Amino acid sequence: MNRKMTVLTVALSLAFAGQALAQKKYPPGITDTEIKVGQTSPLSGPASAYGTIPKVQMAYFKMLNEQGGINGRKINLIALDDAYSPPKTVEQVRRLVEKDQVAFIFNILGTAPNISVRKYLNSKKIPQLFTAAGASTFGNYKEYPWTIVLQPSYKDEARIYVEYLKKNKPDAKVALFTGNDDAGKDYVDGIKEAMGPELAKKMIVAEATFESTDPTVDSQVISLQASGADTLFVHAVSKWASMTIRKVYDIGWKPLFILSATGTSVSGVLAPAGLEKAKGIITAYYLKDPNDPQWANDQGYKDWLAFMKKYYPEGSTGDQLNVYGYTMAQALVQTLKQCGDDLSRENIMKQAANLDIALPMLLPGIKIKTGPTDYYGVQAQRMMRFNGQTWELFGDIIGEN
Amino acid sequence: MVDVADTMPVADAGHTKRVSFSEKWAWLPVLVIAVCLPFLVSDYRLFQGTLTLNYALVLFGLTILTGYSGQISLGHGAFYALGAYITAILITRFDVPYWATLPVSAVVCLAVGFVFGRPALRLEGHYLALATFALAVATPQFLKHKVLQPYTGGVGGILFTKPEAPFDLPISADAWIYWFTLFVTAILFVIGRNLLKGRIGRALLAIRDHPTAARAMGVDSAFFKSMAFAVSALFAGVAGSLGAISVQFVAPDSFYPLLSIMFLVGAVIGGLHSWWGPLFGAMFLQFIPNITDDMSKSASWAIYGVLMILSVFLMRDGIAGAINRLWGVLRRIAGARA
Repeated sequence: MNRKMTVLTVALSLAFAGQALAQKKYPPGITDTEIKVGQTSPLSGPASAYGTIPKVQMAYFKMLNEQGGINGRKINLIALDDAYSPPKTVEQVRRLVEKDQVAFIFNILGTAPNISVRKYLNSKKIPQLFTAAGASTFGNYKEYPWTIVLQPSYKDEARIYVEYLKKNKPDAKVALFTGNDDAGKDYVDGIKEAMGPELAKKMIVAEATFESTDPTVDSQVISLQASGADTLFVHAVSKWASMTIRKVYDIGWKPLFILSATGTSVSGVLAPAGLEKAKGIITAYYLKDPNDPQWANDQGYKDWLAFMKKYYPEGSTGDQLNVYGYTMAQALVQTLKQCGDDLSRENIMKQAANLDIALPMLLPGIKIKTGPTDYYGVQAQRMMRFNGQTWELFGDIIGEN
Repeated sequence: MVDVADTMPVADAGHTKRVSFSEKWAWLPVLVIAVCLPFLVSDYRLFQGTLTLNYALVLFGLTILTGYSGQISLGHGAFYALGAYITAILITRFDVPYWATLPVSAVVCLAVGFVFGRPALRLEGHYLALATFALAVATPQFLKHKVLQPYTGGVGGILFTKPEAPFDLPISADAWIYWFTLFVTAILFVIGRNLLKGRIGRALLAIRDHPTAARAMGVDSAFFKSMAFAVSALFAGVAGSLGAISVQFVAPDSFYPLLSIMFLVGAVIGGLHSWWGPLFGAMFLQFIPNITDDMSKSASWAIYGVLMILSVFLMRDGIAGAINRLWGVLRRIAGARA
């Protein structure tokens, strides 16, 4: 009995060894027909609105795979739910790496979730590509050479507004009105940092915040007007942006109105406020807004719309997140194409830090550009002014491309 | 010897004579398997095992509070967060070794729990639940507050290095943390079980089931109730510390308000009336979301809800209660055969 077992074991192990030798040697997650990619995002919980990003990306990879994939390899995106909770992110990313054996991690959503696995992924030398977070802590290539970000941070955007003011309205008296949340704090910090302490003291005359539970923002807007400010910066989303726009108009205040990119949806924010009331607002952004009629005949937009209708019909064609997810997926495809047949983790990281592309849903003139010492993809943005119907691009690109 | 806490501590007389399945010997194979786990499974599974033990500790605290003293807390996520942040801050700011942070967070959480539990005593039932829920809701905002930001790291949280096995032992960091967690959990389970089996457990049951009679017998109801709250806060705090050590990261988003509710769900599903129900509740919390996520991306929470309703309907005393009942049936069949 015992000898039989030994013989069997030896035979089996030889058989497996032979099989392993016959295969080409590939890093984890890569075969001749597949590239396995891991991701976590809040598919459940309070932040689950972002769950549309993995869905649109899976749809995009489905289209790509039907067209033959990348060099014959299909992309298999394994998207797991972390409910926006960092301990869950750690657990799920460890599952992706240790159990599912993905080649790399792509587009994890959220600041804290990304930070929670950054050390782990860097110590294992696994690429953490294109973090989906607005915080400015990512892109530190010296300390974390395996973590790279493409989207501009809130602070980058804030810097662009300050540059615009310095150039066009150096004696502005600025009022800041932001949501009392993480993004709001980032905007305020970003503006103050870009101004420097002295200029901030001179320029900023009033600050106010609102809570997401506030039924109206009337009193804040009135007190900001009373401060004598002639420039108003507002960071808000959805209905708070609408309410602010309406109130500012209704009390007859006519400041230079800067609205953060988070609240610029034409159908979601400006139309409910009244398009007429939103006239003259300026903002900065890097993606094409799918709600903006000026792109109706744009080839990039038409391709996106056709893709959405065919591969992700249940997704909203008015949701900017679906444009975002699509663009990030395209950036990933470009990275993998550049890798050719060398899909080692080193080369994937090298190519992710070697991008120079203009993608169809980026605003004209904006590029994703990375390098070995530049782990921030999009740094430039374009200023836009609302003309009562659409966002009109004006001025040059601000920030380095 | 069958004393009160050896049996199911349920008020109606029908239950009081049944000897629980867990007693005497059943814990032994569980402990042996738990100790041997690092030799059997991958590091990733060990990490999940560690998280399960963390949850089990919190749920044990809730079992003391809800199962025995009859108070409902929807705020234990706050104590879990407190323990986690104490550990993270002590490790990163004061270079305290990770194991030495546990007693600190135990003492602090015990004290905070007592201070909070004392006035909260005036709140009965639903009102206590709401007051504690306020604690859970406030925690993430509190952690992000400007004044505390230098210590808590704000939204970005605190990241620290994973403790390696000491004395150059040839085991992975995950195995070491797992054993460490298992050790602490086992000690706290033994302490908690002895509390519940003894005078204190009986006093708590008496207060829960018949406060007037308990007072007449000389039980200091106010003290015992706030002590129950404090001890359960201690369990949650130590669990939070262990959780921080194994995840090596704390952030406000880790302690979202729903977490406190999930703890109560886990405690109820595990079985509120037994000291080993928390283990099952913890497994439910840890593994069921993963399973439902694998089953369906879009309806994972719907499936989760259905499982929750089913288990509450089919297992009135939680998983522990169901196992007890099954054990009783098996014994009766065996008895009939003999």
